Amino acid sequence: MERRRAKRKAAWRRRRLVLLLMAPWLIGFGTFFGYPLVMSVYLSFTHYDLLSSPKWIGTANYRYLFTQDPQIGSAVRNTIWIIVVMVPLQVVFALGIAMMLARARRGVGILRTIFYLPALAPPVAATLAFVYILNPATGPVNIILKHLGIDGPLWFQSPSWSKPSLVILGLWGVGNIMIIFLAAILDVPRHLYESAELDGAGPLQRFRWVTLPTISPVILFSVVIGVIAGLQYFTQAYVAANVASGQASQAGDQTVNNLGYPEASTLFYPVLLYQHGFRYFNMGYASAMSVMLLAVAFVVTVLIIRNSRRWVHYVGAAK
Amino acid sequence: MRRVAIGLLATLVLCAVVVAAMRTSASAGTKTAKATNITIWVGWSAAELKAFKGVVAEYDKNHPEVTVKVVGGINDDKITAAIRSGNVPDVVSSFTSANVGNYCKSGAWIDLKPFLTKDKIDVGMFPKTSQYYTQYNGKRCALPLLADVYGFYYNKKMFKAAGLKGPPKTMSQLTAYAKKLTKRNSDGSIKVAGYNPFLGFYSGNAPDLTVYAPLFGAKWIDSGGKSILSKDPAWAKLLRWQKSLIDWYGYTKLQKFNAGAADEFSASHAFEIGKLAMMIDGEWRVAFISREHPSLDYGTAPAPVDDSRPGLYGAGYVNGTIIGIPKGVKHKDQAWSLVKYLTTNSHALAVFSNGVRNVPTTKASLTSPDIKPDAHFKTFLQIFANPNSTTSPITAAGNAYGTLIQAFTVKWQAGHAGDLQKGLQKLDKQIDAQLKQAQAGGVP
Repeated sequence: MERRRAKRKAAWRRRRLVLLLMAPWLIGFGTFFGYPLVMSVYLSFTHYDLLSSPKWIGTANYRYLFTQDPQIGSAVRNTIWIIVVMVPLQVVFALGIAMMLARARRGVGILRTIFYLPALAPPVAATLAFVYILNPATGPVNIILKHLGIDGPLWFQSPSWSKPSLVILGLWGVGNIMIIFLAAILDVPRHLYESAELDGAGPLQRFRWVTLPTISPVILFSVVIGVIAGLQYFTQAYVAANVASGQASQAGDQTVNNLGYPEASTLFYPVLLYQHGFRYFNMGYASAMSVMLLAVAFVVTVLIIRNSRRWVHYVGAAK
Repeated sequence: MRRVAIGLLATLVLCAVVVAAMRTSASAGTKTAKATNITIWVGWSAAELKAFKGVVAEYDKNHPEVTVKVVGGINDDKITAAIRSGNVPDVVSSFTSANVGNYCKSGAWIDLKPFLTKDKIDVGMFPKTSQYYTQYNGKRCALPLLADVYGFYYNKKMFKAAGLKGPPKTMSQLTAYAKKLTKRNSDGSIKVAGYNPFLGFYSGNAPDLTVYAPLFGAKWIDSGGKSILSKDPAWAKLLRWQKSLIDWYGYTKLQKFNAGAADEFSASHAFEIGKLAMMIDGEWRVAFISREHPSLDYGTAPAPVDDSRPGLYGAGYVNGTIIGIPKGVKHKDQAWSLVKYLTTNSHALAVFSNGVRNVPTTKASLTSPDIKPDAHFKTFLQIFANPNSTTSPITAAGNAYGTLIQAFTVKWQAGHAGDLQKGLQKLDKQIDAQLKQAQAGGVP
């Protein structure tokens, strides 16, 4: 009896120590993640205008979201578009550059810096620059195209070109993924290549059977991160729509609404969420939207990770 | 009123203002030992903020019991955040009068009725439109502080060259003049646009149709508060007129023209540099032109109206800055005293109006001898006083309905909207559902 109690006491003491050591993280996590999460879920069942106290309205926000919101359809379609098109392109593009950089013999430092540099540009500044250089009338890109006899597209002014323009912007700033790929490629054990070569494998086969499997965890990582970033795609769309519409009017006037310009083609889910929460004082509804976004992000991530078991290889894993 | 385009600039200005404000408050401390410090937040920045500070300084001088600190560059996000945190300035003002519904309904801006009654102020001193956009459902939580009024600008030199006499008074005249004044390059692209009706091009073509509505006498809602865009035929008429002119230019050609036109608030504005012969714009353009292109030979007039409703000529769209007192304020009476002075004192309104060339917002101040006479500007004072002038509807959801209208109109002008009447019917349903959702959070 006595011994058991002493044992339990010791165990409790150990746990207390663990808790104490974890406290900074627990407090931070609880304050900045747990609390907002719980509040969002609660607010999603209320009518909340940010200024008066929330009013419980049951599932009305969700019903409006699923059955009536006239803008949600295009917001979801745009978001899916950007994920399906931009994420694979970014991965392929970053991988391609990383492969080239891994082979470079001279000026390695400079080349790496040059290709990484765009990732350091703040998204707002980068977007402003792209809207400028892709201006259909005065931008250098269309002027050059005109000299070549090509009538350039309207880029950010056209509903069919605005998302591709954002993709180009996304590819330009792909340095973060590229640098991770580069590290992974340089990490592939040399002896694997040597033995593959001895077995008569050509460059393509070496890439397919040595490089790809070895860096597959990094590819998985970048796909998951890319999809989550795609679900949260906001800054570039917000800036591009405001600037391209030419109505970036005075700082304080929020009457004019250009979000989604042109023709709702850049109205992504988070942009719509922002609009409801911070422009129309409809935070309850915005919370319902964010809860749905979280649920979708969770499901998509789980699906990707489950599916990845078939193609991701962990070197040294006990499998 | 509208100006600074880039947020960066606004931030810089804000920093400068804060630094300046800190310095002035340090030196003003010597005024009287007992002076109460009150703070007012406004959206103006740069030269306009300076003009506003001048008006406040005059008040400050005559009221030894208070010291007023002015903070510029404020937007509604900051106002909302301050009210939520409980750490509020004494007086707030906003350019977004569409948000008044929310401020009044939630009580975030306090009810001004007790103050108005106590000081025997009749709101009849403000023109009807300004009375409307400063209250919600009869609850008055704001007062108007200068207004923006939209009228017609035309380039007299180009008119003379084309053999045109006065400004157009009807929409069909506007169309005919626009065609006559337009010049094209050899490749068919637009060199000079007679009139650019592209929704989204400069403020005069707000895609939510607010600026055009009074020119066609179009009504937003019925007496029950339901959207009637499909029932009031004026809307379809407006949109058909607009689309026919777009089609005459060519949608893509106008898009290219717009993309090449300089920013609305830059000195290279298309009208100011002669790339646009006529436009609808706010009264502030008068000040811009006199500052940036004083030699421009132009005239102002009321905007042309629907051919079948000539009686509307003289009306225009009005939108204004609103001012109020946030809940949780510390010095309520001092705050009210300042609000009262700024919004009802003819001299103060006239001085500020001269400074920023916005329209003063009481009936008396419109004819105040303190207003610097200017033939171009006078047009806007008359439009403001016109009983047919209108503003945007005030709803519980700010201008959320405008976003839905805009989503439709930009598709319409691109030729992607299909049947107009069916589209407007659908739009009505969407707006009704949205308002219901925003008001009670209920779903019909």
